[in-house]
Amino acid sequence: MTKYTFTEKQDTRSGFGAGLLELGRTNSKVVALCADLTGSLKMGDFKKEFPDRFFQVGIAEANMMGLAAGMSINGLIPFTGTFANFSTGRVYDQIRQSIAYSEKNVKICASHAGVTLGEDGATHQILEDLGMMKMLPNMTVINPCDFNQTKAATIAIADHHGPVYLRFGRPKVPIFTPDDQQFEIGRAIRFTEGHDVSIFATGHLLWHAIEAEAKLADQGISAEVINIHTIKPLDQQAVLASISKTKCAVSAEEHQLNGGLGDSIAQLLARTQPTPLEMVGVDDQFGESGKPADLMEKYGLSTNDIFEAVLKVLERK
Amino acid sequence: MNNTTQETASTKIEELNKIASQVRRDIVRMVHACQSGHPGASLGCTEFFVALYFKFLRHHAHFNMSGEGEDLFFLSNGHISPVWYSVLARSGYFPLEELNTFRKINSRLQGHPATEEGLPGVRVASGSLGQGLSVAIGAAQAKKQINDPNLVFVLMGDGEQQEGQIWEAAMYAAHYGVDNLIATLDYNGQQIDGPVDEIMSLKNIKAKWEAFGWDVLDSQGNDFESLLPAMQHAIDRTGNGKPIINIMTTQMGQGVDFMVGTHKWHGIAPNDEQLASALAQLEETLGDY
Repeated sequence: MTKYTFTEKQDTRSGFGAGLLELGRTNSKVVALCADLTGSLKMGDFKKEFPDRFFQVGIAEANMMGLAAGMSINGLIPFTGTFANFSTGRVYDQIRQSIAYSEKNVKICASHAGVTLGEDGATHQILEDLGMMKMLPNMTVINPCDFNQTKAATIAIADHHGPVYLRFGRPKVPIFTPDDQQFEIGRAIRFTEGHDVSIFATGHLLWHAIEAEAKLADQGISAEVINIHTIKPLDQQAVLASISKTKCAVSAEEHQLNGGLGDSIAQLLARTQPTPLEMVGVDDQFGESGKPADLMEKYGLSTNDIFEAVLKVLERK
Repeated sequence: MNNTTQETASTKIEELNKIASQVRRDIVRMVHACQSGHPGASLGCTEFFVALYFKFLRHHAHFNMSGEGEDLFFLSNGHISPVWYSVLARSGYFPLEELNTFRKINSRLQGHPATEEGLPGVRVASGSLGQGLSVAIGAAQAKKQINDPNLVFVLMGDGEQQEGQIWEAAMYAAHYGVDNLIATLDYNGQQIDGPVDEIMSLKNIKAKWEAFGWDVLDSQGNDFESLLPAMQHAIDRTGNGKPIINIMTTQMGQGVDFMVGTHKWHGIAPNDEQLASALAQLEETLGDY
């Protein structure tokens, strides 16, 4: 039985919409841009309440990134909204030159990341976005886990000066973090304390890690579940403190193994404290159409995949 | 116009020509010193930069990134950084001797303009083409948002019109009536691989911008007599509900006879002999850096 429960499911993109609306009310510098996906990004409430601070860009993401860079120059805080695929791969050079290299205070907010986008298929299911964004100098990369954390992260990034990539998703997922939380960029959160294995999870996979922890506990295995919501900068201290106790780790994310959270942790461990690590993620494949839950099973992103990865890494200890 | 103002106008043009001659010397010397860079369109746009910074741009003496309360300029075709750097230095943004560091290691004068090293006058990196217009439009809309009546200027290349993002931005600015923006298109007809007409013809570029809903003007960019009234005319037409573009005809390599009108000097540096020949054609009016 897990220590965490939920009574409600909600999509993380709605957490973004709620956070953006709150920012509209509390920070007059915040403006929003959207490339014809206002409904999907849940930006409608902001648009309705602050029509003069909302810019419909049409289906022109490259232009949107440039506009946002330009708007930030005299102190506005632009939040761009479109799908994660169109927020990154489609506009990588615009982000690289006009935003990251130019150190512009732009918040790139990206929904429908990963296979949980579902039926639209691999054209839209980006699994490479965290990698692309974390490779850019100056870029902060955040992947929250539920409605409340996404809302808190949305609010927090307005106070952080510099470019941020905020990634969230489409499906309704359990709400299990507090609604009054303060989001601290770059600070990992420990969900369960354990001594046999560390599980570092981000985004939608955190709930699965929590479920896996309960299943492991039933077998007498004590897992420490740590939420790495900020992929970059990585909370190195939290990772190293946990593995100094557990001596092995599993990473879990809805992303390619190449370039994701596990990749960052592997680099850290290899360079500081070589430790057995198993990585749960998508292994060099594109996704496909289907129900989100079925796709999570098929692509190795389920609770059971985390459970199995733990058993495997314990063998290597 | 009475005699006094006529005299003032012609004196002004004489002064601007002197600055332009010195800027051209700076350009060829900078490119020669590091044996790299883009002299062709830098020379072609010299009158434009001199007119902008020494006559039209309402800007503060001390650089402030936010640019609130002043006109802003963005260079989208960042490869013509030599002319911009020279004009920025000669307008007092940074010491003249810093032009010596162009394209060299540990310099603020990067090959293409950048903000990371904190060079005064530059507000966004550029060089990867097609992005500057979007940035300028965003900055112009932000000015409206904070009730800043100043203007935003942006320069683009003609080869750059081949980038798709330009047309995303063109559509957007007309849709929102961004009329505190003056874009200038350096229409020199050349790009790296050859004449624009051969590489990827722009066909009727004026009609294209008109069709996108812009107020389209034209000018001769290498003649202050034509350029100054054209730039003033563009400024006078702001605030009329449409973004403005000035299609400015220039000669690549203007001012140096062997560089004129050819794409060959788009991105190569003169050797010692060529430098001497170029400098012999350009009067040193304000003192070399």
